[in-house]
Amino acid sequence: MTINEIQDELIEDFAFYGEWMEKYEYIIQLGKEVPLIDEKYKTDQFIIKGCQSKVWLYPEVIEGKLFFKADSDAVITKGLVSLMVKVLSGHTAKEIVDADLYFIDQIGLKEHLSPTRANGLLSMVKQMKLYAIALQNR
Amino acid sequence: MEKIDIQKVRADFPLLRREVNGKPLVYLDNGATTQKPKVVIDAITNYYSDMNSNVHRGVHYLSQISTDAFEVTRRKVQEFINAKEDFEVIITKGTTDSINLVATCYGKAFIHEGEEIIISAMEHHSNIVPWQMLCEEKGAVLRVIPMNAKGELDMGAYANLLSAKTKLVSVTYVSNALGTINPIKEIIDLAHAINVPVLVDAAQGIQHLAIDVQKLDVDFLAFSGHKMYAPTGVGVLYGKKDLLNAMPPYQGGGDMIKEVTFEKTTYNELPFKFEAGTPNIEAGICLSAAIDYINELGIDNIKAYEDELLAYATNKIIEIPGVQLIGEAAQKSSVLSFVVDGVHPYDIGVILDKLGIAVRTGHHCAQPVMDQFGIPGTVRASLAVYNTKEDIDNFIAGLNRAVNMLV
Ligand SMILES: Cc1ncc(COP(=O)(O)O)c(C=O)c1O
Repeated sequence: MTINEIQDELIEDFAFYGEWMEKYEYIIQLGKEVPLIDEKYKTDQFIIKGCQSKVWLYPEVIEGKLFFKADSDAVITKGLVSLMVKVLSGHTAKEIVDADLYFIDQIGLKEHLSPTRANGLLSMVKQMKLYAIALQNR
Repeated sequence: MEKIDIQKVRADFPLLRREVNGKPLVYLDNGATTQKPKVVIDAITNYYSDMNSNVHRGVHYLSQISTDAFEVTRRKVQEFINAKEDFEVIITKGTTDSINLVATCYGKAFIHEGEEIIISAMEHHSNIVPWQMLCEEKGAVLRVIPMNAKGELDMGAYANLLSAKTKLVSVTYVSNALGTINPIKEIIDLAHAINVPVLVDAAQGIQHLAIDVQKLDVDFLAFSGHKMYAPTGVGVLYGKKDLLNAMPPYQGGGDMIKEVTFEKTTYNELPFKFEAGTPNIEAGICLSAAIDYINELGIDNIKAYEDELLAYATNKIIEIPGVQLIGEAAQKSSVLSFVVDGVHPYDIGVILDKLGIAVRTGHHCAQPVMDQFGIPGTVRASLAVYNTKEDIDNFIAGLNRAVNMLV
């Protein structure tokens, strides 16, 4: 699936939840489910300082595609992080660099991507794109 | 609680009527800043519609009335904290500005290599960093009064820290992260016994309890207008006359001079020596409306009301499984800081926000406090005079809901 197909699928999934409460319950569930990253990668090298909640992001290149694993110490952030990973992981550098992330806005969670939110999510997206740019230039 | 007519008080604050995320607002972030009563908002409008003009400069009518109004604030503050002289009240931008002024100017005059400044383990960053910067510049040493697990200062350790090397003590009256009210009189008396002056950070004290600088015999007192129902951008540094006179000026510019030639400038007298440049006139003038408002309610009535509310909230919150209070000092004011087992404070803040409940989460600009408790941060509900038991009930219900979702 392309990045936009994944985004559209997520938008459809979320359309199912009417109330904010259900949306958040789903995100929290996502956040609780998976141990997203191996403990050994939760180091300063992979940390994204979000001030309040910490985010770790670990990139890997497999057969020319960029894969991400990420985690957070706050569960809502972690749920959102896992959505980002779902959308951006496993694509080529160019696809990631060019990606227009519209799904967060459309599922009504735009506030979490605001630069003034101290949750590290926006910085993580930037870092994902930077990794993709670095891979392109390699 | 009967001395505060809470319905009337709430009606004084227009913002409290608004909704947030479709829910009636429950504003419990008063430690960060308070809402403003209509009398203060009206004073702002009135200033710009009726008297806007620069202060201390003009021969013309408007300049005269705005200068007079600005100076009324100085005298209101003088009365409010019972300073001996009005020129001992320096109008600043806020607590941070006031502390930096002392660190810079007192530091220039009185701090030398190897000498010591004492702060406490529960200071806000704005009462840590200016002293660190000064110590770095001068080769001086910062000493820290430790605190116990309840969030109370170790007064024995403090007494031991005081020595011939000590040149200044700077401590907070009330901790913004823990709510602890420190035994400030005792701290001052111990320092004065060896002739060491004391700065008190009253950013979280001035709006909650009566402060008499002469009774305390405090040497410097710093606070912000915006945490005491006044506009942002104005604050106060009270300093004893002799100390202020012995200090060099802070910034250079207009208003702080007596005579300027290119060879030499002679400085103006107190308080203007420390008030270079055009101040925040509007906020300065409107601070007096906020002081009038507090005086009308009565600071002792405010304290009694808030104390009862804090006790009510404390009793309710400790019933929630997994909640651990951070800050359980015997003497506390208006702050309920806590963590919930296995839950990140940020997550709780996000859910409460969705419910229209404003709290602060994080380290509250007091990272050393968080480090001592081994936590990344807390959730903090902080009270003002317009909060109600209903606010607390809504907050507790919201917290229960958040915990159920998150655990
Ligand atoms: C104890 C304490 N000191 C200092 C400050 C700094 O005040 P301001 O940001 O208004 O300068 C605060 C504000 O949060 C505080 O709570």
